[in-house]
Amino acid sequence: MPEIHEKVDICVIGAGHAGCEAALACARLGLETVIFTVSVESIALMPCNPNIGGTSKGHLVRELDALGGEMGKNIDKTFIQSKMLNVSKGPAVHSLRAQADKAEYSRQMRMTLENQDHLVIKQAEVCDLLWEEDNSLPSGEERGEGRIRKKTVTGVRTFTGAVYECKAVILCTGTYLKARCLCGESITYTGPNGLQAANHLSDSLEKLGISLRRFKTGTPARMDGRSIDYSRMEEQFGDERIVPFSFSTDPDTIQKDQVSCWLTYTNEKTHEIIRANLHRSPIYAGIIEGTGPRYCPSIEDKVVKFPDKERHQVFMEPEGLHTNEMYVGGMSSSMPEDVQLAMYRTVPGLEHCRIVKNAYAIEYDCIHAGQLYPSLEFKDIKGLFSAGQFNGSSGYEEAACQGLVAGINAAMSVFHKSPLILDRSESYIGVLIDDLVTKDNREPYRMMTSRAEYRLLLRQDNADLRLRKKGYEVGLVSEKQYHALLQKEMYIEKEMERLKHTMVGAGKEIQSFLVSHDSAPLKTAVSLGELICRPELNYQVLEEIDPERAVFARELCGKDRFPSDVIEQVEIEIKYEGYILRQKRQVEQFKKMETKRIPEAISYDEIPSLRIEARQKLKEFRPVSVGQASRISGVSPADISVLLVYLERYKKI
Amino acid sequence: MEIHMSSTSTIAAIATGLSDSGIGIVRISGPDAIKVGDRIFCSPSGKSVVRHLESHKLQYGCAVKEDRTVIDEAMAVVMKAPKSYTGEDTVEIQCHGGVLVMKKILETALKCGARLAEPGEFTKRAFLNGKKDLSEAEAVMDVIRSKNDYALISSARQLRGELGNTVRQIRKELLQEIAAIEAALDDPEHLSLEGYPEKLRVKLEEIRDKTEKLVDSAVQGRFMKEGISTVIVGKPNVGKSSLLNLLSGEDRAIVTDIAGTTRDILEENVNLHGISLNVIDTAGIRDAQDQIEQIGVEKARQYAGEADLILYVADSSLPLDENDREIFSLIKEKKIIVLLNKSDLKERISEEDIRLLAKPYLPGEGSFPVIRVSAKEKVGMEELENAIRDLFFQGDFFSHEQIVITNLRHREALQNACESVKLVLKSIENGMEEDFYSIDLMDAYRELGKITGEEVDDDVVEEIFSKFCMGK
Repeated sequence: MPEIHEKVDICVIGAGHAGCEAALACARLGLETVIFTVSVESIALMPCNPNIGGTSKGHLVRELDALGGEMGKNIDKTFIQSKMLNVSKGPAVHSLRAQADKAEYSRQMRMTLENQDHLVIKQAEVCDLLWEEDNSLPSGEERGEGRIRKKTVTGVRTFTGAVYECKAVILCTGTYLKARCLCGESITYTGPNGLQAANHLSDSLEKLGISLRRFKTGTPARMDGRSIDYSRMEEQFGDERIVPFSFSTDPDTIQKDQVSCWLTYTNEKTHEIIRANLHRSPIYAGIIEGTGPRYCPSIEDKVVKFPDKERHQVFMEPEGLHTNEMYVGGMSSSMPEDVQLAMYRTVPGLEHCRIVKNAYAIEYDCIHAGQLYPSLEFKDIKGLFSAGQFNGSSGYEEAACQGLVAGINAAMSVFHKSPLILDRSESYIGVLIDDLVTKDNREPYRMMTSRAEYRLLLRQDNADLRLRKKGYEVGLVSEKQYHALLQKEMYIEKEMERLKHTMVGAGKEIQSFLVSHDSAPLKTAVSLGELICRPELNYQVLEEIDPERAVFARELCGKDRFPSDVIEQVEIEIKYEGYILRQKRQVEQFKKMETKRIPEAISYDEIPSLRIEARQKLKEFRPVSVGQASRISGVSPADISVLLVYLERYKKI
Repeated sequence: MEIHMSSTSTIAAIATGLSDSGIGIVRISGPDAIKVGDRIFCSPSGKSVVRHLESHKLQYGCAVKEDRTVIDEAMAVVMKAPKSYTGEDTVEIQCHGGVLVMKKILETALKCGARLAEPGEFTKRAFLNGKKDLSEAEAVMDVIRSKNDYALISSARQLRGELGNTVRQIRKELLQEIAAIEAALDDPEHLSLEGYPEKLRVKLEEIRDKTEKLVDSAVQGRFMKEGISTVIVGKPNVGKSSLLNLLSGEDRAIVTDIAGTTRDILEENVNLHGISLNVIDTAGIRDAQDQIEQIGVEKARQYAGEADLILYVADSSLPLDENDREIFSLIKEKKIIVLLNKSDLKERISEEDIRLLAKPYLPGEGSFPVIRVSAKEKVGMEELENAIRDLFFQGDFFSHEQIVITNLRHREALQNACESVKLVLKSIENGMEEDFYSIDLMDAYRELGKITGEEVDDDVVEEIFSKFCMGK
């Protein structure tokens, strides 16, 4: 029977947030790319919360944008409310979050894909991966623990039999593999939102030697907005001045009217109903085998975990401008329908609520990402990459970032160039991927502020300064964007230098200025920089005693003021200089271990003093550096010392 | 590339001191330990039994030579890997503690396939096999090199893990605080930081004081480990030499002559019941002269500047004069003990006279101990010892509760940790947002981890391993 047989460069399986970024990156780098999805209606679908960003996730999106990803631009086009979170805290934890018009978000991304050169969208279920054994290298047994590639991926086959030969495949299957949804006792074998599950690919992956596991996640109900009494809730507004996600978006172009969200709370009555019905929850009744995310808990989990807590927050968030569906943030659940309705109706403002879509939990096949290199390529299968929830993460942003990195690195492998690997000290993306491929994650991995050790350096405001250059080198950031970055860097440097070297004396005018700002008068002359360091002062108020400022700015950038993003950097860098310096020293220490590479051919069996557990873990994970090795659970500092000594000797042979 | 690691050899050494003591132990460790043990030990009936021994059970029998002639009666114990000091198969032969017997057993072990262990090699293996943490391993090295009993006690205490335990406890407390802050950042809905900075301040002040105390003990630690650098000064013929002889008399302590590395003068190590003094005898320069020559004064000034302790000797039977004044003028802010020698003769100067003379040259009240001694009658030595103990060890030299840091690296780590804690306190005082605290808390946590080996610092690893004489 004649079948379709095509040759392309890259196949991307899945068109969620990971798949879209991966496909766009490859196509933008000039590679012929096909993106497969079980339904074109589900491209860039947001099946859970109707927002992008949030604590630490906002960082991810900005980093993604700096590298040349699409998510930031897409949300800038489709947001309906925007807010910078945590502004009362230090700059490291400021984080941007925007409510999306879900349908619009999806539609815009689909348009971007449709209009991208070298990119083809194909609605089809991929059932098989095609590969060949690589016989050019000796087998594992002969080489001890030496790293060997046993297989090379060569293409994919769809359910209808079409074959697409390619040089690299990127798996972005999200929650679709052998998915089943649970709503109390009722179980349906579908993907999210009732979409068709992908039931065939798992077997092919297992044949390829990939080991799969089951994870679980969940989503709350959607409600009919007309049935909600908002007068019993607190209104949550967006920011007055909207900050865009993308470094390429001009802030002035996105200021617009915003919709509100609403805050309400659960109460003892809610908790009573939940406790009384716990035996009907599939998780507590043991029906769900998958492991759920601790950090995105269902309301059942919260009630069980915090028994003393009298109430939990509930956010009512609009799903879009052209629907009155409201998302019930904070109350995801897998309870049966009747329990859901009863518990939601105990919440102030939801007394008469009507549920449009029930809350449900979803279970799916995914992998332990320990099978991947930090490039997101499978260690044992050349040309096979994976990203997103399939790698054991949770969240749109986490998925998108992996998608971009997998896309870039699939392209790099086609070009025979070295992969883009970001480390923990330069980005949240680096933290995300390092954690995924190194740690023994037993639940869907969600990004959190606390996961980033060097977060004062990894701020959302400086993501461009950290990563734009890398995006440019990869080829996803344009000459113009890169030039803008260089200019910004120059402004920051010059203005900081000026502030540090401009002295102000203890003159009458200065002293009265200081007194008027509750700041101690000067005893001797100090620099403007030193004054900025005082908690009660900042760059803006010092304008009064800094007449040179406008002149200097005009000289450099032709305006009386530096752009606000330049001022922001100058202020943060000066104000927190001591802390930043100390964090940089920590990074130096970190880098020392990170740059100690472990040769691929290392044989852990030949290191006599390694403990058995450590030996097993090291053999399993095959870390690329001593730093990575030290983060594997089960590998102790003593083992690392042993490894260091071994490598010292190894070098000398 | 072919990688070759020399496979572990089997090593042997006398594990107890090389003196005639009650019991002596020859330890053999490594993959062939049991094989070697079998050749040097047999049951009373002459059978090879070691290979059949249950782990950690004593067996009575005889230590034998390679030709099976009996050396002495002995006990053998097998400790199978990993449940031994080194983590390897280990055999210990316990015998009567005669040096000759132990040496014979060791010689036989060496003939039967073991090689002589290098200093610290058992410990090196214990460390490599994860049986000891870094601080314990270091302490063993200190024991091997320590100069006196007190350094030994201190090292031994570290060996038992007291320093490790204290530091681990502080680390645990720091980690709790770090976790509290981080958790609140991630889950502000359920975890509030309201009022937290004040609580943290109290806790950190405690930790600061604790680490400061440990840092202070490091100074004492140096005196213990390296000895107190001491200079004896005084006019000619006041009895400096006889005093030194008395200090270093055979009934008191071991005297070792070490040629000074930068000085062309002898430095004597004197041990006063465990307190180690490195005595520079300025008398040696000047005794040939009748007058205090300029060069002599210069030398005295130089040594006095470098010394931890000055022993000023005066002849109590002669009045004080300009020369005494001149010598005092050199001393300035040093710890000083005045010894009025020849207390057996008629006293011509009093304590008052000395204090009056010293007053313009010493800071504050100019309080210092004045002790009457007689080198001839050998009196006053006990008082001198006590005075030194008071000056350098706050008198509680024998306290067994106290941990004394004798290692420079530990001191540095503690100092750094302490500085970081102070930075957090400053952040609290300045009203910084809580998320800033973690940076310095983490630094403190890591620094302390370097002491216990729970943080890997590759510089340290390199240093430790060079101490352990790792082959290149």
